[in-house]
Amino acid sequence: MISQQLIISGVGGQGILFITRLLAETAIAKGVPVLTSETHGMAQRGGIVISHLKVGAFSSPLVRPGQADVLIALKPENVQIHRSFLRPGGWIAANAGGSLFLGENGEAASIDADTIAMQLGNPQAVNLIVLGRALATGRLFCSPDELDRAIRQRLQGKPAQMEEALAALAIGTGAGR
Amino acid sequence: MPEQQPILMQGNMAMARGLVENGCVVAASYPGTPASEILSAIDTWRKAEGTNMHVEWAVNEKVAFEIAYAASQAGLRAVTAMKQVGLNVASDPLMSAAYLGTVGGFVVISADDPGPHSSQTEQDSRLMAMQAKIPVLDPSSPAEARDLAGLAFQMSEEFGVPVMLRPTTRVCHACQDIVVRPVLDLQRRADFRKDPKRWAATPMYRYELHVKLNQTLSRIAAYAPSAPRCLNPAHGNRRAVVASGVSAAHALEVINASGLWDSFAFYQVIQPYPLHSAFVEDIRAAYDEVLVLEETAGVMEMQLRDHQRVRGKLSGYVPEAGELLPEEIERILGRFAGRPVPELPEAVPAAGRRPTLCPGCPHRASFYAIKKAAPQGIYPSDIGCYTLGVNLGGVDTVLCMGAAIGQAAGFYQAYRVAGQPRDIVATIGDSTFFHAGIPPLIDAVVQGARFVLVILDNSTTAMTGNQPTPSQGTPSGKAVDIASVVAGCGVEFCRSADPLNLPAFTALVKEALAFSREQGVAVVVAKSPCLVDKSMRHAKRPQASVDAACTGCRLCTGQFECPALVYDEAGGKVAVDTMICSGCGVCLDVCPVKAIRQGGMQP
Repeated sequence: MISQQLIISGVGGQGILFITRLLAETAIAKGVPVLTSETHGMAQRGGIVISHLKVGAFSSPLVRPGQADVLIALKPENVQIHRSFLRPGGWIAANAGGSLFLGENGEAASIDADTIAMQLGNPQAVNLIVLGRALATGRLFCSPDELDRAIRQRLQGKPAQMEEALAALAIGTGAGR
Repeated sequence: MPEQQPILMQGNMAMARGLVENGCVVAASYPGTPASEILSAIDTWRKAEGTNMHVEWAVNEKVAFEIAYAASQAGLRAVTAMKQVGLNVASDPLMSAAYLGTVGGFVVISADDPGPHSSQTEQDSRLMAMQAKIPVLDPSSPAEARDLAGLAFQMSEEFGVPVMLRPTTRVCHACQDIVVRPVLDLQRRADFRKDPKRWAATPMYRYELHVKLNQTLSRIAAYAPSAPRCLNPAHGNRRAVVASGVSAAHALEVINASGLWDSFAFYQVIQPYPLHSAFVEDIRAAYDEVLVLEETAGVMEMQLRDHQRVRGKLSGYVPEAGELLPEEIERILGRFAGRPVPELPEAVPAAGRRPTLCPGCPHRASFYAIKKAAPQGIYPSDIGCYTLGVNLGGVDTVLCMGAAIGQAAGFYQAYRVAGQPRDIVATIGDSTFFHAGIPPLIDAVVQGARFVLVILDNSTTAMTGNQPTPSQGTPSGKAVDIASVVAGCGVEFCRSADPLNLPAFTALVKEALAFSREQGVAVVVAKSPCLVDKSMRHAKRPQASVDAACTGCRLCTGQFECPALVYDEAGGKVAVDTMICSGCGVCLDVCPVKAIRQGGMQP
């Protein structure tokens, strides 16, 4: 069975819950059990928001430090804050314009999602652009096509939102312009 | 029935599903993290299934409890859901309802928040169940929470008592793949059977009811469906681990991952109170060392009553405060099994960002105006997003729901007695005002207290996800107007203004202060909609921009603290973060050199 533990990190308002649930629904569509843990309430107000996502045979909704396979960071500074969750050999997908300080053993795929989102005229698109970048590595438990389907499923009946979401994802994966 | 595809359900949605699947007819709640999504999910399932129910956001938890309890007295299945501090508010009817008992299944959901992540306290609702003498179920996952919702109804009807379902944040806000089951139609109609000796019992009968409740509890402590489960019966060991709630889920994963199955017997308890009496006997007879893992208090540990052999919170083996995270459980289990304990990777000290009011939030403008109008004032405040006014220096106290008004009156009296009057400006949200602000306002008027109360009316319960307030009314009821309530409490100064018009709003607060110094309580209603509330239309507004006149004084980033204004160390000036600026325009009035202007359109 597929087994992958992810940490998705950013700040309140960036749509962390949305991409966490999209990934979780993609896992379900693949027939794999899933557990997530979300941040709500006071902490969501512009503070640091973290989601845990565990795909496979797990019973705890939380990822232990040193166990995550992947860290998806929607803010460059969150790489430092949450990289202690990564296992040795774990990798990072980050929203970062400049060079990312990783120290030793760091492996990262980065994309300047803030600039791209502003060019798209859609600051809300950062989450999907970075997720697209993570998918483009081919190392996530699911493929860009599977995630594309999850977006279509979730945003059924909201054609404008769906188009924007699919476009943002495609830019991240490198498939769109 | 064809095999259904599982769907992703949040713990709160799963509990809601369990309630609706098991014939729940009345549901009442007041929002509070982590319980807020339960009621809206019940309503979602009600609509999806077309079931006939009453689902309401009540004015507070006590009222919610009473609404749902009456439905149980009339023979229907009912639920009330709240967060742990909400149960404090509803504790009066809870204690009494335990004696009077139930007819239709009655479930009290009280969601705890170990950490705490979004609460004033880490209190353990299971202690409230103990105090009330009602059974409590402690789910370890969303899927189990759904199942226990059904079991809770069954137990409540079998034993005639309210049953508490106590999830924690990590169950409420976990999501899991769950397959829906069909909804049970119990075909019941409201049928309240008069029995004043029971339903309106005098103290003499209350004694009898108490004796009966004690007998019921001992039967519940032998009820098979809620008994503890041994997950490794063939362990052959004199050591045991007893865990409940999400601690059991964390422990299970650690045991699997670290190969600890042969190191001790592992029991999951789903009913931590009353702990099954046969289980207590077995544990004491069969094991030399017992480790108890639970959140947040030592409720099971207390009932195991053996300080020599039992290790847990009370014995000091397990931390008594804070969330019991899986990495902590890994270390405790390792120590208990006599294994080397792994080093944790070093976490970066969480400098990061603190929570703050959203860019464009009208509360920021209100606090700024209050500080301008009463720079030497005392600022009692309350529970909600606006608690974050503490970052702005606009909040001096936060105690509990409604306390801003009681404390404002208290501060007034304390200073009056000493003959040194102070300006006092209290802040409270609209939902919190309805919840617990009205009795203290009446008290303040009656006792001649003098202060300004600013009701921050954003027409929603914002912090918990934009639930409605009484001022919106409901399809079958009427809206209740805040200003009329304030006038009805006897307040003679009540004016409303939009804080986003900063100069006019500041002038109004000054006027209210002048009234309060001479005459009594003055109320200002700061009326401006929440920007996060998707149910409202928000006009697109031109974003701010900073021109060359900026002196870098940082008043706007320090005193006003808008996250969309960023000080650039290199350039020595402030810039606008166009990713998040909402275009509220309040900073134009805040800048002392008028260097902020309305710039381009919001994307």
